Amino acid sequence: MSKETTPYFQHHFVDPEQQYESSKLGMWAFLVTEVLTFAGFFCAYAIYRMWNPEMFINAHKALDVTMGATNTVVLITSSLTMALAIRYVQVNKPKVALVHLILTFLFACTFLVIKYFEYEHKFHCGHLPGALYNPHVYPDCIPIEGNNPHVFFSIYFMMTGLHGIHVIAGMVLILWLIFRTHKGHFTSAYYTPVEMVGLFWHLVDLIWIYLFPLLYLIG
Amino acid sequence: MREYLEKNYLNEETTIKSWLFTVDHKRIGLMYLFAIMFFFAVGGFLALMMRLELLTPAGGDILDKNTYNVFYTLHGAIMIFMFIIPSVPAAMGNIIMPIMLGTKDVAFPRLNLASWYVYVVGSSIGIFSIISGGVDTGWTFYTPYSSSTDTAVISMTFAVLVLGFSSIFTGINFIVTIHKMRAPGITWFSMPLFVWSLYATALIQILATPVIAVTMLLLIMERTFQVGIFDPAMGGDPVLFQHFFWFYSHPAVYIMILPGMGIISELISTFSKKKIFGYTYIAASTMAIALFGFLVWGHHMFTSQSEFAALIFSIITYLTALPSGVKIFNWLATLYKAKISYEAPMLYAINFLLLFAIGGLTGIFLGTLSVDIMLHDTYFVVAHFHYVMMGGTVIAFLGGLHYWWPKIWGRMYSEKWARISAILIFFGFNLTFIPQFIMGSLGMPRRYWQYDGLVNTDIFHFYHQLSTLGSWFIAVSFIIMLVYLVHSIKYGKVAGSNPWGALTLEWQTPSPAPAHNFLEEPKITHGPYDYDKVEVERTID
Repeated sequence: MSKETTPYFQHHFVDPEQQYESSKLGMWAFLVTEVLTFAGFFCAYAIYRMWNPEMFINAHKALDVTMGATNTVVLITSSLTMALAIRYVQVNKPKVALVHLILTFLFACTFLVIKYFEYEHKFHCGHLPGALYNPHVYPDCIPIEGNNPHVFFSIYFMMTGLHGIHVIAGMVLILWLIFRTHKGHFTSAYYTPVEMVGLFWHLVDLIWIYLFPLLYLIG
Repeated sequence: MREYLEKNYLNEETTIKSWLFTVDHKRIGLMYLFAIMFFFAVGGFLALMMRLELLTPAGGDILDKNTYNVFYTLHGAIMIFMFIIPSVPAAMGNIIMPIMLGTKDVAFPRLNLASWYVYVVGSSIGIFSIISGGVDTGWTFYTPYSSSTDTAVISMTFAVLVLGFSSIFTGINFIVTIHKMRAPGITWFSMPLFVWSLYATALIQILATPVIAVTMLLLIMERTFQVGIFDPAMGGDPVLFQHFFWFYSHPAVYIMILPGMGIISELISTFSKKKIFGYTYIAASTMAIALFGFLVWGHHMFTSQSEFAALIFSIITYLTALPSGVKIFNWLATLYKAKISYEAPMLYAINFLLLFAIGGLTGIFLGTLSVDIMLHDTYFVVAHFHYVMMGGTVIAFLGGLHYWWPKIWGRMYSEKWARISAILIFFGFNLTFIPQFIMGSLGMPRRYWQYDGLVNTDIFHFYHQLSTLGSWFIAVSFIIMLVYLVHSIKYGKVAGSNPWGALTLEWQTPSPAPAHNFLEEPKITHGPYDYDKVEVERTID
């Protein structure tokens, strides 16, 4: 980040460099809080899996590995397009960056659509969290044996649900970036918001990279 | 140079809008100050009512048993989540810390304002839960009772979740400000110790608060969908709730006490006009306390874990006493052979040393496994907690409030009344809580609404009477304080830029400070405690 001033320079900083460095540290500190938020769920996951290992293995078969794997690829690709968008702003190619932001947004939509079909199937089978758990005997629903299968689906829905909320938050932020890039706000001299949303989006991707094997691939 | 800056942050703009949309850290800090003092009054009122109820062994004098349960829950929840946690960092720290670092504002001023609004929203939800019947679980919200009682648990836990965000915002802001915004010439080891303490606090705020957010979220889920995480009837584990809760709430104790300790370092150096003894060790012990704080949560759960785990937690708990001891002895060494001036802020610092020492030492009793078997869930715990939190943090907060009051308003309060009130608080505080130590060691259980028919009822009755009497001394001294402080805003003597002759940077700018903190770029010519090298004149007599 150069020392030249931009219209987005805030007067309480000494120079744009300090402003940029501050935003970056602030964002990392925020990401730490995000990791710790999910850490609570991962901890709960570990404990209940240790208590009911067989039920977890039986219950995970109700999840669709193909859809989960597709979503993993979709999210990783969206992380790539996000990273490229940052790169293109840095080298002063906002138009190409705009294309990559739009692509990132579309990948995020794809993720949610696939997630919708997964959730839809869980609702159909009655594989729902806690007291809502009510398994149906349909041919396309597998029966789940073991203790307290509703706990597995509680954890599944809460973790993927909180992650889904983060995906939606990320999409809103990317839309905001698309708008501002379109307006020509970002140049190689000022691209802080693009990089910050990028960091957030990578975290959203990273959390899914842990969720996918822990929920879908434990057989 | 005893003057009042005519155009300052308080009166540069005076519309209500200019306050509600301000991004000035001093105004935001001041708005926090008013908000927390309001909740302090509410929490204090609840405490007074409970003490009145306990004046006689019989129940139902003024509160029925359910109201009593609601009162102690709300007293705890309000005092902790709405008063103590934001008290020193978000109110005093917000006002003073950027000036101490010679910067114009915190790194993210709008986030700072957002944190205040989030706090107000969270507190409003808390008030809503009071109106809709209150909560009777105790401030710890233990499951399975909290997942089955029909009181307003959801709104109260949601309030705690929202307040957590406000705390996280302040934490992020402070970390970045301290890392990136220090004026040229201020290094890590020439920062005032108050800033060090805010830094350690901010680290705990961002590392621990997300966990309470998850815990509260899971508890809300448990109540709404019976997800089976905490409720044993649904296959859940109530002990997991305790782990989660204390993983935040023990470090949170250090969110509460560390900034108070930072204030004490400032007060002791300023009023003994001596370089603080062992600067590096005080700074390092601050960080050590923050670290140990994350490793001792299990000492709240000695009865709900294996003996081996309890043993480990007990040992680490002992270790936390070391950095606290380092601080106490460094403060005492600073006072040694010093010319101490006993003005109101210094009286609070001495109050702190005495009360915190008692609070800290009784903590060792409770960390000892065999002794804790007898003392846990008695008034001994209540007294210990209040010695640390009220005798520690609240007293330090009051010391800081009196110390920085002339900087905030540009005027002095009545020194005479301030001393009277400081001494009265010390007297009232000990009268309230020493009897509770004694009762606790004789077996008086906490949270009892009536204590008729116990073996020791007569003895308990006597000590409860003393304790209730003491609580009224505290109340009276707070009323005195309110009167002279409010009076001073308009009628106090003009304080001038540096009423105490202190060396930290906030005293090198006029009082009240101008909107961007300094009229000209501050020059760093000496360290924050170089009383051996520099002499500064006081701007009051």
